[in-house]
Amino acid sequence: MTTKQRKLSTGARNNLFAYGLLFPSFIFLSLFTFYPTLKSIQLSFYSGPMTRLQFSGLEQYKGVLEDEIFRKVILNNIIFMIGTVPTSLFLAMYLAIWLNKKMAGSSLLRTSFFYPTIVPLIAVANIWLFIYTPQYGLLDNFLHMFGRDDTNWLGDPNTVMIAMIVMIIWKDAGFFMIFYLAGLQNLPRDVYEAAEMEGAKPFQMFRHITFPLLMPTTLFVMIVAITNSFKNVDHLYIMTKGGPDNASNLLLYHIYEAAFTNWDLGKAAVLTVILIVIMLGITAFNYLYLDRKIHY
Amino acid sequence: MKKLNYGIIIVLGIISFIPLLWVFITSFSPGNQVINGGFPFWVSNPTLENYVNAWKTAPFLQYYFNTFVIVSGVLIVQLVTVTLAAYAFARVNFKGKNVLFILFLLQLMIQPEILLFPNYQVISQLGLVNTKLAVMMPYWASAFGVFLMRQTFKQVPYDLDEAARMDGCKWYQTLWHVYIPSAKPTYIAFALVSVSHHWSNFMWPLIITDSVESRPLTVGLALFAQSYETGAQWGMVAAGTVMVIMPLVLAFFLFQKQFVSSFMHSGIK
Repeated sequence: MTTKQRKLSTGARNNLFAYGLLFPSFIFLSLFTFYPTLKSIQLSFYSGPMTRLQFSGLEQYKGVLEDEIFRKVILNNIIFMIGTVPTSLFLAMYLAIWLNKKMAGSSLLRTSFFYPTIVPLIAVANIWLFIYTPQYGLLDNFLHMFGRDDTNWLGDPNTVMIAMIVMIIWKDAGFFMIFYLAGLQNLPRDVYEAAEMEGAKPFQMFRHITFPLLMPTTLFVMIVAITNSFKNVDHLYIMTKGGPDNASNLLLYHIYEAAFTNWDLGKAAVLTVILIVIMLGITAFNYLYLDRKIHY
Repeated sequence: MKKLNYGIIIVLGIISFIPLLWVFITSFSPGNQVINGGFPFWVSNPTLENYVNAWKTAPFLQYYFNTFVIVSGVLIVQLVTVTLAAYAFARVNFKGKNVLFILFLLQLMIQPEILLFPNYQVISQLGLVNTKLAVMMPYWASAFGVFLMRQTFKQVPYDLDEAARMDGCKWYQTLWHVYIPSAKPTYIAFALVSVSHHWSNFMWPLIITDSVESRPLTVGLALFAQSYETGAQWGMVAAGTVMVIMPLVLAFFLFQKQFVSSFMHSGIK
């Protein structure tokens, strides 16, 4: 009896001890993750100004889902994701494979690809705004040499998305390259030696050994890249404000507009809930579907 | 084939370097040269006037100070919360461990960045709008840091822990003398990632600050750039941009290996 009691009390003591250790993190998680998430869900069912909220059920969801601008923004975000994710992953893998080999200048090249990672997105936007400026900008200056006329890259709904996508690929490809370099260093050398003895061609080795073995890295990087395409919108503030005519607007920036320029709280709450669902969806997709498929 | 690929990579490498080179050169160009054209990678008469003017028009010194306070304030509190929570998850057996772990995991999916709007309301309920504290607080818990550190703490041999306890070490002494020293590379990695992340943070400080006293560099730069969007002022905006990115870029070029391995480290699940 006494030993059992003692055991119980050490168990209880352990519990208290652990809760104490987790407490500081937990306060801030509650204040800035759990509570705001629940609060957004609650607010999304209410409309009106903050002081006189009225329950409106699914009205606001209906309003948002029927909104032309919302549909455009979601479509933009999907295009932005499809434009940035596969290209930067492919580029990252390509760069890593060739820069993994020891050759003169490879560390210099790695630096050149990686440095955009640490430049703040807002500063990147400033620089690329100059690059894309019609007539005087670096890109137009360059294209003049080939006899092309001025293009208003950021002012034309047909080119603005491409312009953004290219910029983000430049910023992120080097970051993803790092993970591939790490992945490549962990690959078993003997497999390659064996393949070489069998007379495998370089591309065959890539296709049947490197690519499949890098799959876990690809998966991880892909999730990071997809998340980024919904999370990083700083550049819009400087470059386009989501324009022209919402052609470059993304979901998080749209939330910012709804909440802080139009002060439409109900709509901002609905949009936030939708973004949260997308983020959870990405993770669920990763763990429930991809993770299972890729084990071998 | 090999030559072709290296050729492509060298060309891409040069292209990738151009934006940095160009902003740097533009920041030393006299105002009229940008508009008048000419070869954009050469300045015939470099000048510091852009830096002088930028420094005079916007309170960059104050912004540097604010960013410094915010970045270190975030990091210091994170180190404490992360270390304690990671130790609990790595080495203590307690009731509800799995549930709590999943709750922590939630922050990796619902990151503070996407909760701009509701977090503004939390801060306003706390009466902290327009303070440096408000910029820092949402990042004081870091699920990412907890996972990273938990993995590292788990690799510390349990014998070492036991031996320390046998010698009469209290848990915090063990943490201080055994766990923290052996996790040093992870701490450095986490610190670098955290600092560069919060140095760059923009949307959250944009909405939560509204004064020179609390605004970080990124927001200051954006406001500064917006008031000078015409070509004639490019030099000044470029100078402001260089001032904001320089500390990070310099640190990166000096400690490149450390940076790269830190970012690499941060991705290992």
